[in-house]
Amino acid sequence: MATAKSAKFDIKAYRGFKAITLLCLFVLYAPLIVVTIYSFNASASLTNWEGVSFRWYVDVFTGPESGKFKTAALNSFIIAIAAATMATTLATLAATGMVRGGKFKLRSASFGLISLPLMVPEIVTAVATLIFFNAIGFDRGIMTILLAHTAFCVPFAYLPIAARMQGIEDSYEQAAMDLYANKRQAFTKILMPLMMPGIISGFILAFIVSLDDFIITNFVKGAGVETLPTAIFGSVKQGIKPNIMAISTMLLGLSVVMVTISYFVSKADNTK
Amino acid sequence: MAAGAASGGSAVTDTYKDARTWLLLPAWLTLTILVAAPVFMMLIYSFLTKEFRGGVIWEFSLAAYDQFFFDRGLFGDDPAKIEWTYILIFWRSIWQAGAATILSLVIGFPTAYFIATRPEKSRPLWVFLITIPYWVNLLIRTVSMKFLLRDQGPLNDFLINIGLIDSPIHIVNTNFAVQLGLFYSYLPFMVLPIYAAVERYNFSLSEAAADLYATKATTLRRILLPAVKPGVIAGCILVFVPSMGSFLAPDLLGGAKNFMIGSLIEEQFKGNAGNWPFGAAASMILMSMVLVLLMFYARQQAKSEKAEG
Amino acid sequence: MVEETSATGWETQLSKNEQIAIDVRDAVKRYGDFTALKTISLSIKDNEFFTLLGPSGCGKTTLLRMIAGFEDVTEGGIFLYGDEIENLPPYQRPVNTVFQNYALFPHMTILDNVAFGLEMRGANKSDARKKAGEMLELVQLSQFSARKPSQLSGGQQQRVALARALAPQPKVLLLDEPLSALDLKLRKAMQLELKHLQRETGITFIFVTHDQEEALTMSDRIAVMSAGELQQLGSPNDIYERPRNMFVADFIGETNLLEVSVDKVENGRAICHLGGGHELTCNAVDEVGVGSKVHLSIRPERLFMSEEPAEGESLKAKVRENIFVGTDITTILDLADGPEFIVRTSNSDRGNKRIFEPGTDMYVNMEVGAARLLVD
Repeated sequence: MATAKSAKFDIKAYRGFKAITLLCLFVLYAPLIVVTIYSFNASASLTNWEGVSFRWYVDVFTGPESGKFKTAALNSFIIAIAAATMATTLATLAATGMVRGGKFKLRSASFGLISLPLMVPEIVTAVATLIFFNAIGFDRGIMTILLAHTAFCVPFAYLPIAARMQGIEDSYEQAAMDLYANKRQAFTKILMPLMMPGIISGFILAFIVSLDDFIITNFVKGAGVETLPTAIFGSVKQGIKPNIMAISTMLLGLSVVMVTISYFVSKADNTK
Repeated sequence: MAAGAASGGSAVTDTYKDARTWLLLPAWLTLTILVAAPVFMMLIYSFLTKEFRGGVIWEFSLAAYDQFFFDRGLFGDDPAKIEWTYILIFWRSIWQAGAATILSLVIGFPTAYFIATRPEKSRPLWVFLITIPYWVNLLIRTVSMKFLLRDQGPLNDFLINIGLIDSPIHIVNTNFAVQLGLFYSYLPFMVLPIYAAVERYNFSLSEAAADLYATKATTLRRILLPAVKPGVIAGCILVFVPSMGSFLAPDLLGGAKNFMIGSLIEEQFKGNAGNWPFGAAASMILMSMVLVLLMFYARQQAKSEKAEG
Repeated sequence: MVEETSATGWETQLSKNEQIAIDVRDAVKRYGDFTALKTISLSIKDNEFFTLLGPSGCGKTTLLRMIAGFEDVTEGGIFLYGDEIENLPPYQRPVNTVFQNYALFPHMTILDNVAFGLEMRGANKSDARKKAGEMLELVQLSQFSARKPSQLSGGQQQRVALARALAPQPKVLLLDEPLSALDLKLRKAMQLELKHLQRETGITFIFVTHDQEEALTMSDRIAVMSAGELQQLGSPNDIYERPRNMFVADFIGETNLLEVSVDKVENGRAICHLGGGHELTCNAVDEVGVGSKVHLSIRPERLFMSEEPAEGESLKAKVRENIFVGTDITTILDLADGPEFIVRTSNSDRGNKRIFEPGTDMYVNMEVGAARLLVD
């Protein structure tokens, strides 16, 4: 056995793999770091570095485009919170039915239906949803975005919740019922608290997915309604401007914070 | 020993069997009405007649599919020839997605392997590091990539400053830029399944191979790769499928020359120039290809599960 | 010697004033085509330490879970002190369970875990906690009441699980292999503690285990199960000394199983033929008549070796091998043209009993009652 003293032969180690991993991380992070740095550029030009400044952050909130971005941000957050809440509720109930509902005939069909938004290419979902709202004569606007996002977010909320639930032995509910808790009490007092990390992760993922979505939103939003991604896209089409980098950096920070929360929540395994 | 550690508890249990239908009904309804029914509606629309200002006229027509595959001249009365424009766009999409998949595999496999062979405690952190960028807005990531790679961008600046090149390398608006963008968009989908497969892999098999005089390279090729193949296939499909239908990377990094299906579809629904039945038909064709791949994937998964017992 | 119990006949011998805690009547459990339990009937007496013993998959846990209410009964009935309970949900049955992995609620403190059942039965929070505190004192874990289950050792978790199940004062306590996750030393200590607790509380315990030694140590009575069927029911002594069939003889303890044919039955004795011209006399059994080919069980510790034939039954044999196993010496010997025998000699007995070198010709002896005919 290879010990620390003579680690000459390590069956697991392949030369170059570490270098590739570091390269991979570099490629993943370099663009984000560069944009973050340049968002603090004092210059109005993209190429020249003229020192650190917050002027583009100020510009986001007070500049000529600030009104547009504020409305878009408000829309984005309202939609993301509402869609994530609904998707998480649907997903929690569905996960209970799927993981604690015994075997049934339509089980794999149900799973297929729930994960349908992951299987159909997003642009196809976008087209289909647009056509659907058009066909039933539903006016496009915030409501159509919200509905489309809710459906689209269900699998993102479902997967961590169901995974969590599968990790919880049913002997906990059985112990609760053995100790005179009825099924509803066993759910609210035992199962729900144990599932909470999964539910929080699911909510956060659904929230981020809704907040980030561009393609579906772009199709179903209707004229005049913008969310942050569509507003940014519209702006970027005319060229990357420093204020876009400031907004990007803020959104990037938000995503990182939320994913980090989700990471630590899921790590805090309360069954152990 | 912690309670519950003894069994993995992956089995389906039936505590709430009686309430099952009611628990599942909301999700069933939501996804049926908002995803399944729309896809079905799209199928119908692809067989309708286009209205010139967007939308459709409710008259059966094969025009959308006909337009996709055949060229009948400007007035539609020439003898039908194969229409290459759209087939080529599809072909380019497949090619770009394939190249992005290979790029992801070449970088993603060693990365996944390296992570999976870290000490058990630090693995989640590595996985976390790989996945964070994925949760940053795709649009922002793609824009950032474009900003970095521009002719006057930081990358070219840097390379010129250190004297490696004299004039900027043109990366944006090339095929490679699109592949890099797709790689950046979907890399975690490659890394995670391979990571999971390698983590499950029993390294005493490698030790046995080494014991029987196999070199490391041979061990990798003959023992490890066959064992983690399902993870590799899963990763490839999970990168390939979304890459095919992607819109942002080709649109922002590829420019007009590198049109892919996503942009073709998007164009049909924008403003008055669009052709809804044609867009629906193109979507249907894209979806059929993806479903075939996914079915292949599902069969592969089922097979490997069976093999594992 | 009269057989005290058998798998089917013991119920009639039950004295009238002994109360029955759990009565399982013709219970059947099927999962689709698979029959997990084949028509089981048994009665568990009030204040009894009763053990369901069998290998994994024998149906013992299924039966326990049917009593607890986690599995429905396909056919038949279950009665708790005369009340039919098989259709009640678990939370309406005054029986509590100690789960195999304890199933302590990981997000609650020890005290809240123990108070849970009392609260669910309608006690207010402070009363429930007070009672729970008393229960924790009983299992000597009061100082841990504010901790979470994960902060306790396996043995401590085990005692919390016990306290939690006993707190609502169930009529019957069900224990599903509760000691299997503990190491050997702790397991031995807990066996005694459980036995004492049962005597103190006077609650009927139904204990499930696959460990025959554990079952013999703790139980008042044991039901040996295999393949969804009850094989034998009786006291530990009965089961060990008078196994009814091959399965029980083989499963409980170590034994010499010999294929024999019965030559003659007279005066309650059966003369059996072992092959190679060897003959053995043993007590006759009703189910085994002349001419039948059956099995014979002889416990290795009931055999002893000598140079000359001893009183009782003696067979000529040759020593093959001696194996030192700490407290005993195991000797493997061969009968001329006959089967092999395993003899166990206790090390403390060596003054009286002889050990022979391999290759030595000698005699293996036993009392007439030591060999037991089995129903196959």
